[in-house]
Amino acid sequence: MLLDARDLVQRFDGTTVLDGLSLATGDVQALVLIGPSGGGKTTLLRILAGLDVPAAGGVSFDGVPLPRDEAALRDYRRSVGTVFQAYNLFPHLSALDNLLLPLVHVHGLSPAAARDRVREPLERFQLAAHAHKRPAELSGGQKQRIAILRALVVRPRRLFLDEPTSALDPEMRGEVLAMIRELKETGVEFVLVTHEMAFARRIADEVAFVGDGRVLAAGPAAEIFDHCQSPRVRDFLSRTLI
Amino acid sequence: MPRWIAHLVVVAVFAGLIAVAFARVNYAWNWAGVWEYRQKFVQGWLTTVAISLAALVVSTLIGSLAALCLASRRPLVEAIGRVYVELIRGTPLLVQLLLGFYVVASAVGLENRYVVGVLVLSLFSGAYMAEIFRGGLAAIPRTQRDSARAIGLTPWQTLRLVILPQALRLVLPPVAGQLVSLIKDSSLLSVIAISEFTLNAQEVNAFTYSTLESYLPLAAGYLVLTLPLSALARWLESRVRFEA
Repeated sequence: MLLDARDLVQRFDGTTVLDGLSLATGDVQALVLIGPSGGGKTTLLRILAGLDVPAAGGVSFDGVPLPRDEAALRDYRRSVGTVFQAYNLFPHLSALDNLLLPLVHVHGLSPAAARDRVREPLERFQLAAHAHKRPAELSGGQKQRIAILRALVVRPRRLFLDEPTSALDPEMRGEVLAMIRELKETGVEFVLVTHEMAFARRIADEVAFVGDGRVLAAGPAAEIFDHCQSPRVRDFLSRTLI
Repeated sequence: MPRWIAHLVVVAVFAGLIAVAFARVNYAWNWAGVWEYRQKFVQGWLTTVAISLAALVVSTLIGSLAALCLASRRPLVEAIGRVYVELIRGTPLLVQLLLGFYVVASAVGLENRYVVGVLVLSLFSGAYMAEIFRGGLAAIPRTQRDSARAIGLTPWQTLRLVILPQALRLVLPPVAGQLVSLIKDSSLLSVIAISEFTLNAQEVNAFTYSTLESYLPLAAGYLVLTLPLSALARWLESRVRFEA
């Protein structure tokens, strides 16, 4: 994907969260957004995922601009997948029904075809044994992996992952990160917001450091992590990369 | 001690106390006189059941509409819901019935007192239902709407597939409790001469001068309806808790 975000402004209740943010990437598979909490990473991701519309500025992927009206944005959201930090799943439905819901009600598959579609991915990620459990019966890691799977089985053009491991215990982080690594190997495009710096460095094609509502540094992962000129970014990395 | 034995013990002690009280006042029972009128009890009880069921359906509709008003972002619509709920909950059902029957219904030419009775009772119960429904909708976290939008559901699909199934589980226990209140509140319809359970008991009392023999079956008749409903409400509540 070629991402081009220009002069994005977003305000909530008078607070400026994005302050003229611009970011242009090369043709990357995995873009990772890092930076301090409250710096605007999640706000940026929500705009990229078509969940919010910026107050000013625009975004395009591969030269195609994101629409601004809700009906067209809904079509866009149907073509991508988004996973939040937590509480992605619908608690009244089993894991399997969570996967089937978008396939049947949004993408028009028959229930039988939808079941066929999810069978192989459930097995590949060792989730088949948990398919009939309600979210309350799943571990945090299992819930997040089902959520990623739900975004994936609709065959999206790309995924948006908003701190998918931040609400998890360390051991469960591992299983979710392993799943994201596998997605990278199979060629899925994604934008990931994360605080896992070691993981970000390993998986990112390009990294953007978002702080104070702007992109303070962006480029290939090695460049940002090893040779960044910005004192602000170096200071942040020295405190988070132990 | 198992819970059902505990319940039995408490009921037995309570019944014993009542029996002692009756023995001390030397009450002269006249069950034979009241038995003559057993048909009236049955008739009245069935009318109460029918009125309560009708009012349950209508008050669910009114309550849903009012809850949507309460949740509205438009000030005028929200105000309509809020004024309705507060006026109804803040005034006695007795006054609402008299006003509704002698003023409003007469003014619009609505003569069937049963229809008026069900409507007023539904308006009354609907205000409580509205608050129950509003609370149920508000209890669904924002993240659920976000997830629904993220997978591309329309607002209507979000309501139908995500919000309502969850909210329904939450509101069923309090709605069952509200139905218990509704059944008891329907006894006030006797003041506009609707021939329900309480009015029939009052009439039997007038014919036989056997006050307690008329009103004790009345209490029992209401308990037959309300006890299972309370049990249902508790069971629904425990189910919701396990699923949380």
